[in-house]
Amino acid sequence: MTRIEFMQGNAASAEGALAAGCRFFGGYPITPSTEVAELMARKMPKLGGVFVQMEDEIASIAAVIGAAWTGKKAMTATSGPGFSLMLENIGFAIMTETPLVIVNVQRGGPSTGQPTMSAQGDMLQCRFGSHGDMAILALAPDSVQEMYDLTVKAFNLAERFRCPAFLMADEIIGHMRERIDVPDRVEVVDRKPFVPGRLPFEADDDRVPGFPTFGQGHHTHVTGLTHDARGYPVTTDPAMHDALVRRLVGKVEDARREIADYRVTNPDAEVVFICYGAPARTVRQLVADRPDDGIGVLRLRLVWPFPEHALAEFPNARAFVVPEQNLGQIAREVERHVRVPVIPVSKLGGELHTPDELARVYEEVRAR
Amino acid sequence: MTFTDWLRADRLPHIWCSGCSNGTILNCTLAAVEAEGWDRDRTVFVSGIGCSSRAPGYVATDSLHTTHGRALAFATGVKLAEPSLNVVVFTGDGDLAAIGGNHFIHACRRNVDMTVVCMNNLIYGMTGGQGSPTTPLGALSTTTPYGASEPAFDLVALAVAAGANHVARWTAYHVKELEKAVKTGLETPGLSFIEVRAGCPTNYGRKNRIREVTDMADHFRTRSMLKTKYDRLVAEGKPVPADAIVVGEFVRRANPAMGVAP
Repeated sequence: MTRIEFMQGNAASAEGALAAGCRFFGGYPITPSTEVAELMARKMPKLGGVFVQMEDEIASIAAVIGAAWTGKKAMTATSGPGFSLMLENIGFAIMTETPLVIVNVQRGGPSTGQPTMSAQGDMLQCRFGSHGDMAILALAPDSVQEMYDLTVKAFNLAERFRCPAFLMADEIIGHMRERIDVPDRVEVVDRKPFVPGRLPFEADDDRVPGFPTFGQGHHTHVTGLTHDARGYPVTTDPAMHDALVRRLVGKVEDARREIADYRVTNPDAEVVFICYGAPARTVRQLVADRPDDGIGVLRLRLVWPFPEHALAEFPNARAFVVPEQNLGQIAREVERHVRVPVIPVSKLGGELHTPDELARVYEEVRAR
Repeated sequence: MTFTDWLRADRLPHIWCSGCSNGTILNCTLAAVEAEGWDRDRTVFVSGIGCSSRAPGYVATDSLHTTHGRALAFATGVKLAEPSLNVVVFTGDGDLAAIGGNHFIHACRRNVDMTVVCMNNLIYGMTGGQGSPTTPLGALSTTTPYGASEPAFDLVALAVAAGANHVARWTAYHVKELEKAVKTGLETPGLSFIEVRAGCPTNYGRKNRIREVTDMADHFRTRSMLKTKYDRLVAEGKPVPADAIVVGEFVRRANPAMGVAP
């Protein structure tokens, strides 16, 4: 069963988080994500959860990690400047295998940039922003419905892989209001429990260790230093560091096929649009406006790990067109995997591409 | 049980230098939690980065060794999410007063129910002896080769002003008083802040003519002045030595606190 509502995107993300079992929110006000925190502040206490407004975004993500180690599902929400501040502790979460969700409602950058305008400029930052080699999970919603659904999914992926998961939304989707079907219940994945007698960071075949929740007598040491399976620092053993980092990256990257989440339209197409987030809405309009053209579309719901095999779903592709609200961040990733031209259609400033703009590019590429 | 049961025996020996006070402060803290009858299964030690912050790694409880300066923010998350857990934070002067200064004042303001033990050795020890916000005026370090030119932070005054429910200062020489102060902190709802002047012979003492461990102990003993005496001298308008280390309890109060177990 579902109930139909008219809801704002940021509110839908908060509702999705609560449905997924989130019971700790630590945050700091920042446009255009603040409504997530506001809704959490209202609802969390009624559900027996904790809302805390921290002194900055560094403290927010730190509190979220601390809460996660008590067994809570925990989240924060932010935008560009706050996301930049969180990067060091995102690396800590990766290294300590702490499941958590970060909603980034992207706005124009660099720096303070355009607080109230949409962008997708943090797509590489979320993937590579913290120092060292890493893998993360990143979802990109293109509707209010997906703000809800993909927030739920972000929690489930974070719990399964014990890795930060990002909802890489944008101001347009975050502030949009539209119809949403709110399900009565959602599928919820919980982190794998720790089995007493094993070592706290001893991984299984899926390279994910069971979670030794604080307060249960496991006496686990959690450190951002390179550590052995006991969790103890071992910082000068090259093989130990190599194995740890490869495991942390591999547990996510090697699952890319299984967890891939994308939508394919017109797989026989010669010209294929690759899109995610708000620009996907313009692409949808373009395809609807030109039903006879058989325009190909690959819409990514899970952007990282990048589903490179999905590109092979278009065997006739002569060109990939990638409209983004950045200067070609995912287009660059596509280029790594194909031998045909990749055409970024970059639009900065906060406004969506118009269908006409994409139609012009389509005509031009088709004529090549 | 004794306090040594709280140590992770398989992690010893520790990394601290000969003559370092951190082990003494760790012992005093563990003696206090043991005397308090805390359950190892329900106690979490949290720290940031630095020599002080290695301490939780030697404690046989759940322990969270986090990023530089952020220990109090992590600890706030732990304690608010699960108030039934006991939380103790080990930090140092660089970790707490420099990079973590903002978290320090806000943790005191929130009055989160935890005990914060600051091993204040007046120097960045782990990185080899750079000046910190508590390095005294004129003191030598690798980044103050002509003497520190910045005034030092008074961490105790900061904690009192920011709202912590219990604030004390002792030195690593005052082991009995320190243990008692930590125990008071564990018993006080709200944030308890205990600054402990710590000796770092390797990086502070060597440069500032307190080379020997016994010299450092003498330094703490002779420079320390009880807060009651200090207050009396000030009230009487009498001179107080500029380098006096004022020790004792600075505040104990019952202001509203967060994260107190029901």
